[in-house]
Amino acid sequence: MKMVVIAGTPGSGKTSVLMHTVKNLQEMGIRPAVVKIDCLWTEDDARINRLGVPVRVGLARDMCPDHYSIYNTEEMVSWASSQGADVLLNETAGLCLRCAPYPDRALAVCVIDVTSGPNTPLKIGPLLTTADVVVATKGDLVSQAEREVFRERVVEVNPKCRIVEANGLTGKGSRELADIIKYSREIDGEMLLRHNPPLAVCTLCTGELRVSKKHHRGVLRHLDGFVEYVGE
Amino acid sequence: MIITIKGGFDKDGLPERVRSVDVSSGEVIGIVGPTGSGKSSLISDLEQFAQGDTSSRRYVLIDGSPPDPEMRHDPRKKPVAQLSQNMHFLADMKVCDFICMHARSRGRDPGLLSKVLEITNTLTGEPVHANDNLTELSGGQSRALMVADIAVISDSPIVLIDEIENAGIRKKEALRLLSGEGKIVLVVTHDPLLALMTERRIVMRNGGMVNVIKTTDEERRFCDSLFRVDTWLLSLRESIRRGEVLSATEAVI
Repeated sequence: MKMVVIAGTPGSGKTSVLMHTVKNLQEMGIRPAVVKIDCLWTEDDARINRLGVPVRVGLARDMCPDHYSIYNTEEMVSWASSQGADVLLNETAGLCLRCAPYPDRALAVCVIDVTSGPNTPLKIGPLLTTADVVVATKGDLVSQAEREVFRERVVEVNPKCRIVEANGLTGKGSRELADIIKYSREIDGEMLLRHNPPLAVCTLCTGELRVSKKHHRGVLRHLDGFVEYVGE
Repeated sequence: MIITIKGGFDKDGLPERVRSVDVSSGEVIGIVGPTGSGKSSLISDLEQFAQGDTSSRRYVLIDGSPPDPEMRHDPRKKPVAQLSQNMHFLADMKVCDFICMHARSRGRDPGLLSKVLEITNTLTGEPVHANDNLTELSGGQSRALMVADIAVISDSPIVLIDEIENAGIRKKEALRLLSGEGKIVLVVTHDPLLALMTERRIVMRNGGMVNVIKTTDEERRFCDSLFRVDTWLLSLRESIRRGEVLSATEAVI
């Protein structure tokens, strides 16, 4: 199975890009499953469900949503594979710019809104700099020159990334993203995060990069909402 | 260079009536049709060299073949300059920093800044300076800077123009600057003068290309009188802007 982590700034159009991409994957005969991580509330699962793909929601509540997403990666993967999916699409809550919840073997996609201005790529850190694909949305709202200046800034901070210009309304760019997903690697074995999350209270916060559940301690929330303390 | 637009499907999913349009270097083509008829989508298909991967499912070919994927994405290789309907910049940057950075992104010399400013200031009454902040420019100033930037920095063999007439700048002058020698120019317009200045015009309806009309000789002769009307209207507009009172004698063309 393949795994795609879709992160990005709030309101950048992650869900719209994801939905168009799901349609394109289906047309290619690839079966996606979607896990949408949010903090307190979402109704995106109903929107995505209409596309006829398995959808699961995870609400992080009082746990950092990116930590929650990383901590539950194994569970998401096994759920997606139980649904017979070829690819797991994990959309993150997109709130904390300090975290980059990308495991090394997953395809890391950062969705960023061009109207946020050409200084944004310099501000958002590992979320952008460690991404494989940068999806630039809302380009129809600015001039071609502004799109190109924005692109130049993205290339400055992440020279290796592939940039996709997308439009959440028309679906522009989603076919290209689906193609990139199609040719991305399979996930297998132990995954490692690309960048450490910030210092706080659980083992992820203190720098643990191993994704597997057995390496984590602290107050942790499972995908089904069950909260437990793991440790001495 | 010849670009070919291969017809896709309209908003109802029916095949477009026009199946194929070829445009050669040096040609100026109009795109006309009511609001919502798909003019901007056609421009957008051309801008990204659609390969059956946009909502219209059109294909855009260069000299009969699909373009190299690099050409579609890398601004240094992209042969398309586009003036969209956007009238304002959102980037919080100085004019000089923005233009120099745009020049770098296109692999051009940042020293072209002075030429961009010189041309900008021939198109707008209110001068634009290198140290002005982009977001503080007026609609007319922004539009003039966008036109000059396209003419100098994005100097490309294919030019796409979306509704220049709403720009509050000298539109005929702007079209002349943008089109240049031997370029392929596609211009979306509602303006009769601009439409008749083109050699052919693609008619859009319900998301599809329904007809291609060649500008007739009769229309060309008509164009001269339209130009006189347009010049007259512009002069009246300037008088009103200067705070003058118009007299009845000015109503004679």
